[in-house]
Amino acid sequence: MPFIPHTEEDVATMLSRIGAKTIEELFDEIPIDLKCGRLEKVPPGLSEMEITRLMMERAEKDGIYHNFIGAGAYEHHIPAAVWQIATRGEFYSSYTPYQAEASQGTLQLLYEYQTMMASLTGMDISNASMYDGASALAEAALMAVRSHKTSRRILIPKTVHPVYRRVVRAIVSNQHIDLVELPYCEQSGQTLPESLEEYGKEDFAALVIPQPNFFGVLEQVDALTDWAHAKNALAIGVVNPIALAMLTPPGEWGSKGADIAVGEGQPLGIPLSSGGPYFGFMACKKLLVRQIPGRIIGRTIDLDNKPGFVLTLQAREQHIRRSKATSNICTNQGLMVTAATIFMSLLGPEGLRRIAAHSHANTLALVEQLETLTGVKRVFSGPLFHEAAVTLPVPTQDVLQTMKQQKILAGLDLQEHYPEIGNALLVCATETKTSTDIQNYTQQLKQALS
Amino acid sequence: MLIFEHSRPGRRNYSQSPATSAKTKNIPQNLLRKTPPLLPEVSEMDTVRHYTRLSQLNFSIDTEFYPLGSCTMKYNPRACNSLAMLPQFLARHPLAPEDTGQGYLACMYDLQEILKDVTGMAGVSLTPMAGAQGELIGVMMIRAYHESRGDKERTEIIVPDAAHGTNPATAVMCGFKVVEIATDKEGNVDMAALKAAVGPQTAGLMLTNPSTLGVFEKNVSEMSRIVHQAGGLLYYDGANLNALLGKVKPGDMGFDVIHINLHKTFSTPHGGGGPGSAPVGVAERLLPFMPVPIVGYEKGKYRWITEKEKPQSIGRLSAHMGNAGVLLRAYIYVRLLGTDGMHRVAEFATLNANYLMAALREAGFELAYPTRRASHEFIVTLKAIKEKTGVTAMNLAKRLLDKGYHAPTTYFPTLVPECLLIEPAETESKETLDAFVSAMKEILAEIEAQPDMVKGAPHLMPLRKLDDVKAARELDLVWKPQPK
Repeated sequence: MPFIPHTEEDVATMLSRIGAKTIEELFDEIPIDLKCGRLEKVPPGLSEMEITRLMMERAEKDGIYHNFIGAGAYEHHIPAAVWQIATRGEFYSSYTPYQAEASQGTLQLLYEYQTMMASLTGMDISNASMYDGASALAEAALMAVRSHKTSRRILIPKTVHPVYRRVVRAIVSNQHIDLVELPYCEQSGQTLPESLEEYGKEDFAALVIPQPNFFGVLEQVDALTDWAHAKNALAIGVVNPIALAMLTPPGEWGSKGADIAVGEGQPLGIPLSSGGPYFGFMACKKLLVRQIPGRIIGRTIDLDNKPGFVLTLQAREQHIRRSKATSNICTNQGLMVTAATIFMSLLGPEGLRRIAAHSHANTLALVEQLETLTGVKRVFSGPLFHEAAVTLPVPTQDVLQTMKQQKILAGLDLQEHYPEIGNALLVCATETKTSTDIQNYTQQLKQALS
Repeated sequence: MLIFEHSRPGRRNYSQSPATSAKTKNIPQNLLRKTPPLLPEVSEMDTVRHYTRLSQLNFSIDTEFYPLGSCTMKYNPRACNSLAMLPQFLARHPLAPEDTGQGYLACMYDLQEILKDVTGMAGVSLTPMAGAQGELIGVMMIRAYHESRGDKERTEIIVPDAAHGTNPATAVMCGFKVVEIATDKEGNVDMAALKAAVGPQTAGLMLTNPSTLGVFEKNVSEMSRIVHQAGGLLYYDGANLNALLGKVKPGDMGFDVIHINLHKTFSTPHGGGGPGSAPVGVAERLLPFMPVPIVGYEKGKYRWITEKEKPQSIGRLSAHMGNAGVLLRAYIYVRLLGTDGMHRVAEFATLNANYLMAALREAGFELAYPTRRASHEFIVTLKAIKEKTGVTAMNLAKRLLDKGYHAPTTYFPTLVPECLLIEPAETESKETLDAFVSAMKEILAEIEAQPDMVKGAPHLMPLRKLDDVKAARELDLVWKPQPK
């Protein structure tokens, strides 16, 4: 049988040592009426050669496209070394580092990751990661409510990723936390601090600040952060890690800096892969260290005073605190963080900044060219990072269909989440796109519109 | 040495980023970063060498026997990884149209159908990203079900005291009060305690079966009757499904909602602590509440089923559809196993556990439940050894590392003192189990002859015992450059 090494002789010897006649006898404590018959929907087993053929056929069906969709998952070049090392068996097939002395590789790597993320976000500390960006934001909201103590309201701009808002709502509504959505400015595409006064009359635990926001627009983060702090609330930054190589980190927003920074870690060396596995990152100010959920690694010493690493502050976690834990979370996204740490080491501060700057420049170049087409224009006037909303003179779905036939995924239709904008497309051109790709996109769109 | 300590200002990998530095346009000065982040400036070779060396400090399934109870550390077939990493699968954007993902969606649809069959549930959603998230979603569905019936007084979730910590933490996270019930001497849930605990306030019961004590909960059908009669629902924590795979379906035991840890039973990698993946399965009456998206199949096309068609869905708990790449690995695994292979999993996991249990008993170890069959795992207690010699379960665990074995789970479940929860998994050979028994025997002799040596273990690992107390008291969570 696949992956079962027992010979017939092994089975006989083992059963006799146990004192049983058959394997079936080992299940004699299970009531007979509970035992199932033959599985009907499980097909017969395949050899590795056969499954390879099947999976290659299915992969062929999916094909490869020129992708201009961003919307929370971004295509960047991933150096070959990243996954070659991350899939070494010692990383790939190890478990949570509960036995510290047998897990120093994973533990040290996570400590290095925490250092990189804290610095990238401008925060004091980072945990060892969460499931994804959306669930990290939900955990940040819960964390803010725990630390605020009196208010259970969270202010969240409509410029935050619409699915993140849904996920946060699904998770925090279990604890009777009120999620209040804030409007955006139709001209700039930003959440304007001056429009917030009516929402700030009542107490709130935190204001969420996306940078860049879902439209690719940069928010006025300094004013927003200061406004939240003036109202005695926390500021939670939702940020793109690649952008942080170029943009002011949350820890430096406003006069005191944001309190918690979260985001989707996927751009740091994780393939798009139909949406996962990715990882969420979470960093915060030192004051909040006992409120942060998830695993945290600390540096310590062994009996010979040699430096080493352990899981620490476990008293916050479910396996110790059970019903009083900060969260029910039990894992981090270990393997994804392994890849991200190797990715950040290979890129370094300048490499990461160049990727950010090129993605920014490519998107601006694309938008500039698109605006030369009749009826196509930028929706918002606010400054952009590496994504932009553009309006079209015809139904968006028609354009997407035509472009797809040319092997181009032209962007995300904004209709579902922002019907008020009309026929509009969210487009993104990262450093992976050449000027030829951008010209080709423009050319194809021109034809699609004619 | 940390990667940061290899760093030299100005060192770069020229082939890994654009050759020129593009200019930023129209971004206000206050939004631009003033000082670069503290990322290492190291060569590609330095990076490769550093992380390869770090990997070599880990124990892993690929290098050592890893009998970690309740974690199902079975072999992770390499084909699952390489085929899930075919370029088309990796390149596919999660928001790409359905017709550019028919191959991927076909795998997901097939996986849903296979998991329905294996668990005996009416519907499966693949979205949860880890066991604890599967639990959260499951309990949210229980809540949504009661609320949809206007049954608003059900505020309690019952959890046995042997349960994983995630069970009570999840119930609380979902706004429920947790009622813990005791375990009897044989390791079963105390039925009198259960009867006393249920009532009109009961929303549900969360149960792991076989329990974390490594024994089958014999009264499960009776428990199901009691909870259902009180109007509650039954939640199956699939942490130990490996013990029953192909033998017993949770649906047939009366469970209304379950989660399956693919990173245990379906052999997806543990990756040093994640990513996990934990699809949820539901009985008929919970179908409307399943999390979205789910994959549907009609007229020869695969498509997403979203909240539009499932208005009562508890919603989304991830930005896309959970850990898609992990789901692909699980799918490849089940196709490699096939029907016959699937029926063998529980059999050989149980054979290995009972064999190891018998051999360790012969070697002089005390079993926590000596009158019971082992499921896929069992518990050894060092209570008597500790009383006599002062050597603890943790000491023995650390000494095992010296002998090249990962330690079993220690101090869980908490109700057995000085316990080792041992799970060998079906993929280990008899020789490996025999060698492990020999190592355990050696340690037993060492405990007799030189207990202090055992207490000081590990001795042969890259580091000796680490100071956890210092780590928690003098927090050092990020590296800071030494001032020059």
